[in-house]
Amino acid sequence: MSLVLLQEVAVTSYGPLAAIGAGLAAVGAGIGIGKIGGSAMEAMARQPEKAASLQTSAIVFIAFVEAVALFAVVVSLIK
Amino acid sequence: MKNLIFLVFFFSFSVSFSSSLESDSNSKDFNVTEMIMHHIKDSHEFHILDWNGKGVSIPLPVILWTDNGLVTFSSSEFHHDDEGTEVVTKKDMSFVKFHEEIYYASQQPNLSGQYVVFDKNKYPTNLKPLDFSITKLVFSMFLSMLLLVLIFGISARNYSKSNNGVPSGIAKFTEPLILFIRDEVAIPNIGEKNHKKYMPYLLTLFFFIWINNLMGLIPFFPFSANLTGNIAFTAVLAVITFAITTFAGTKDYWKHIFWMPGLPVPMKLFLAPIEFLGIFIKPISLMIRLFANISAGHIIVLSLISLIFIAETVWIAPLSVGFSVFISVIEILVVAIQAYIFTMLSALYIGSAMEEHEH
Repeated sequence: MSLVLLQEVAVTSYGPLAAIGAGLAAVGAGIGIGKIGGSAMEAMARQPEKAASLQTSAIVFIAFVEAVALFAVVVSLIK
Repeated sequence: MKNLIFLVFFFSFSVSFSSSLESDSNSKDFNVTEMIMHHIKDSHEFHILDWNGKGVSIPLPVILWTDNGLVTFSSSEFHHDDEGTEVVTKKDMSFVKFHEEIYYASQQPNLSGQYVVFDKNKYPTNLKPLDFSITKLVFSMFLSMLLLVLIFGISARNYSKSNNGVPSGIAKFTEPLILFIRDEVAIPNIGEKNHKKYMPYLLTLFFFIWINNLMGLIPFFPFSANLTGNIAFTAVLAVITFAITTFAGTKDYWKHIFWMPGLPVPMKLFLAPIEFLGIFIKPISLMIRLFANISAGHIIVLSLISLIFIAETVWIAPLSVGFSVFISVIEILVVAIQAYIFTMLSALYIGSAMEEHEH
């Protein structure tokens, strides 16, 4: 989510290559967050009383995945 | 919920009318990247608003350590010049400001009147004095420090005023947060025995990062600086965490890094350089994670607002401001999560450095 419009700024630096790099990072983040969300949903459906704790952990893991994708965007912003 | 939606739409139309008045008198092109970078970066003056086409800003003091000693002056002596054309002379030295960095001025101006010499990549090659100025971000950091001292000083005092251990006033807000950091972050990671020694650092980290992030989200005067989105600030926090983990490291910790027990010797040799790099990469990842998340949030909000100026029409304003409000609400969640993650990972690294376990 935070990657989509960051690519707009990346385009003006080193031509389209930087934007392609940032776009691939968005794909990685999307896949990772999707998998985490999917398994969190499944676990919450299996055991509804732990739903709140699962939600908190899911948000924390999503922050890690997003951080890795943002490393790639920072590199594309530099050039 | 419905009231919120109505509020967003009413406010968006108020923004749209003011932008239609401005776009008639603007004749130069609107450069989105330049505007966004100007808002993200540091600055020697605090720009408040534009009145009648002229900017109203507070000039902040410039403090330089040069070869002739300490030089201080107000940044208003640069007369809003950012291209290196205005020269300020103090104590027999001349200074110019180019793109918010202060350089020693060249003797002769170049063809465009700039007292800066450029190399072929358009970067200035002049020497720079050591810059200790109070810039916009330093001012915002002092403000957040003041707010933190106020909030926690008052909560501490509220504990002594109570009669049965239950505090009054703002301590009722800070107590659950402090207990959360102690019970969910410090004790699981550092352990019951030693966590008290590191609680002040973890609490400071959490609340300092959180309040600076929140201040960056508020769009008007004293609060709108993007402090945690500046990589120098997050680098310092990461270096402090790195220093604490290095000095808290037991013999077990270093043994695990360079000669991991329980593995055959080729694996140990293979793992040693990776673990050695890992000592440095972990704080670097802390630094980049916080910097990139917060900067990305600010860039998104600024890009959405600048949609109005790119499209040059009034009617895109409800969409643009609506999206910006939506993203800002998400950002409120994201800043709390990023502060929590920085604190939790710091506690994890400190805890794993101090851990004693049998093999």
